[in-house]
Amino acid sequence: MKKFNFLLLAMFALIGFVEAQPNNESVMMSNGKIYVVMAVVVTIVFGLFLYLFLLDRKISKLEK
Amino acid sequence: MVKHWWKLLAFLLLMYTCTMGFLVEIPRLDDRLQESIRNLFFHVPMWFGMMLLFGTSLVYSIKYLYKPSLQNDLWAVEFANTGILFGILGLVTGAIWANYQWGAPWSGDAKQNGAAIALLIYLAYFVLRGAMNDEEKKARIGAVYNIFAFFMLFPTIWILPRLTESLHPGGQGSEGNPGINGSDLAPSMRIVFWPAVFGWTLLGVWITHLRYRWRILQEKKWNDEKI
Repeated sequence: MKKFNFLLLAMFALIGFVEAQPNNESVMMSNGKIYVVMAVVVTIVFGLFLYLFLLDRKISKLEK
Repeated sequence: MVKHWWKLLAFLLLMYTCTMGFLVEIPRLDDRLQESIRNLFFHVPMWFGMMLLFGTSLVYSIKYLYKPSLQNDLWAVEFANTGILFGILGLVTGAIWANYQWGAPWSGDAKQNGAAIALLIYLAYFVLRGAMNDEEKKARIGAVYNIFAFFMLFPTIWILPRLTESLHPGGQGSEGNPGINGSDLAPSMRIVFWPAVFGWTLLGVWITHLRYRWRILQEKKWNDEKI
C-alpha cells in the first residue's frame, strides 16, 4: 500500500509538472481542447497498468 | 525482470499510442470524420486484439485435444475470456463512434451484426462449459466447441460483411481490409496503428496471464482441500 501511495504521488507530481510548463495553457486549450482528452486517456491507461502491475505482484506472492 | 519484458513493452506501446494517437497528423480527405478518425488507434485494435486472442485460444484448444491437460484447457478458456472482453469493448466503442458518425449507435450494419453474432457464439462457449459438471467432459467438449466458434469468425466477421454494402470501410466494392491494405492507410497513421494493435493485444495477453495464474492457484487450493 505504501508503494501504491508513492506511485500515486509520483503520478500527481508528473501531472503537476506537465501542467506547470510554460505555454502549457495554449497547448491544452488548442484544437478544441482535444489534448485534455489525451491527458485523461493517458491517466486512465497509466492507472490500468498500475493496477495490473500490483495484481501481478500479489499473484506472484501467492504463488510462492 | 527479464521475463517480464513484454509487460513493459505493452506499457510503452500503449503510452506511445495514447500520446501519438492524439498528436500524429491525420489526413483530412473530405473531412467527414474530422478528428474522430483517431479512434482507429483505439476502436480497431480491440477487434485485432480479439481475433489474436481468440486465435491463441484456438491453438490451446487444439493442443488440448492432442494432449489433454488442465493447463491447456485453462489457457484456452482465459484467452477466449479476454477475447470476449475486447469484443465487447469493440462493440461499445464502435457504438459511441457510430452515434456521432452515422447518426445512431446501432444501424444494423453488416459488420455490427456479424460481430455481435460472433460474440454470442463465443458466449455460448461459456454457457456450454457451465452446463457440464464432469471436468474432463467439460474441457473436451469445450475444446471442440471453441474450434467451431473460431471458424464461425470466418463467415460472421471476415466474409459476409464484405459481400454487402457496409457503413464501415471495406464493404462491397473495396478490396480486403482497409486497415491492413498498406496503400489505404496514411503512412503517418500506420506508425501509430500497428504499435497500437500490438500494445492493446499485449495488454490482453497480460490480463489473460494473470487470470490463468489465478485459476491455477484456485485449482491448487481445491485439490489441497480435497486431501
